[in-house]
Amino acid sequence: MIRLHQLTKTYGTLKVLKAIDLKIDSGKVTAIVGPNGAGKTTIIKSILGLIKPNDGEIYIQDKKINGDCEYRRNIGYMAQIARFPENLTVKNVINMIKDLRTDGHVVLDEELIDLFNLQKEYPKQIKNLSGGNRQKVNATIAFLFDPDILILDEPTASLDPVASSILKDKIRDEKESGKTIILTSHIMAEVEELADDIVFLLEGDIYYEGSILGMITGTGEQKLERAMARMMEGAEV
Amino acid sequence: MNRSILKILKYEFQDIIRSKWLIFYTLFFFLLTEGLFRLGGGTTKTTMSMMNVVIIVVPLFCIILGTMYLYNSREFIQLLLTQPIKRKNLFWGIYLGLSIPLVISFVVGMGIPYVLHGLNSADSMSSFWTLLASGVLLTLIFVALSYLIAIIFDDRIRGLATVIGIWLFFGVIYDGIVLFIIYMFGDYPLERVILGLTVFNPIDLARILLLLKFDISALMGYTGAVFEKFFGSGLGIIMSLSALVFWIVIPLLLALRKFDRKDF
Repeated sequence: MIRLHQLTKTYGTLKVLKAIDLKIDSGKVTAIVGPNGAGKTTIIKSILGLIKPNDGEIYIQDKKINGDCEYRRNIGYMAQIARFPENLTVKNVINMIKDLRTDGHVVLDEELIDLFNLQKEYPKQIKNLSGGNRQKVNATIAFLFDPDILILDEPTASLDPVASSILKDKIRDEKESGKTIILTSHIMAEVEELADDIVFLLEGDIYYEGSILGMITGTGEQKLERAMARMMEGAEV
Repeated sequence: MNRSILKILKYEFQDIIRSKWLIFYTLFFFLLTEGLFRLGGGTTKTTMSMMNVVIIVVPLFCIILGTMYLYNSREFIQLLLTQPIKRKNLFWGIYLGLSIPLVISFVVGMGIPYVLHGLNSADSMSSFWTLLASGVLLTLIFVALSYLIAIIFDDRIRGLATVIGIWLFFGVIYDGIVLFIIYMFGDYPLERVILGLTVFNPIDLARILLLLKFDISALMGYTGAVFEKFFGSGLGIIMSLSALVFWIVIPLLLALRKFDRKDF
């Protein structure tokens, strides 16, 4: 479980997050949606410690984050764009992260390596890898250490349909086993397919927090995409 | 050293060592030094020529490569920051991971021809070591400066323009300013002022270090002459060496502080 309390981030005079309170449950997929620049990435990056909030607190499994890096051992993160050192091979990169993250005696979840058939890419240097295959490496790393929390930033954006379904199945499996999963996506069909809860952000404020169904019926629409468009136009739920 | 620093260093090292730029850098020093020896210059002449190459090329190459490397690694640094690694350790890992290959590349490229042709007297040995040391110090300084700038500016065009500006300033413009001051205020006792000014330019410091060691007063220029007069050769070398070490430490600590507080 993740809890944000009065989380605030400003860049100069621009308020990116305006004192946000949010609770993200475990055993569910929570989608954070909203237009570009609404603050989705800022929330994710604050949880990961990439961005230092100006104010407010973040609690992970009821423990406050206070600058110590150990809590990240429980988080797997899949960034929107994956870039690794160009001259390393796929095997080098995977070994590097394993090496950095464990001391050799942790159970690894290597299912995605098999499903994506990544072994055959192992000897290739990153610079010779296609965008989709880099994204597969990225996904593999996020799930590799069987973390309690998964943060996936537009996970299927550059994957082909086969890889995309493999990843979605994996996300569902992990949810079933009780993990906390945060997802951002601009593809509403995907959000409807995967997510249980939805958080709708607009200009650094949360406008809706709850079940997907609640958001759709609340706006009187049939589809999530329409409901979202209505909310952006200012509809109340 | 901390274990996670070593791990980061290890993999960055593997990446850099295969980069074509590093191979180019090594070959450049090797071919140039070898060529100067073969043209029959002898150790002293070769060292004099290499001195001028080292104080110009090493800073330029290191500051540009460092900036580019950090900008190109931005997403990867983000990924590493989401792992259970302290920011400070990551910073030292990526600094050493680039500086060490650059140092090795320089030492190997320039060192091999010297070992093959040049190290036949105690004198040539000691000037070679001084040349090597100033190249290594300049590498550490200019990689530190490049990281500082790349961490301050998110925009890579501005970052690159700034580092090229820094190099031009220290390598070319600074001497012009010093000469201008000497010309304008020639009637006043300027020695202490010039001495003070030299400490603020790492390239000048490296040049003086070399000139004091080679003991060639004719080529020493104004600042070098002042240095020697003020401190004598021995103390002058110690002074310029310690000032160079400050030039590594201060930009590095500033960069570390920025890195630790930065939003990625």
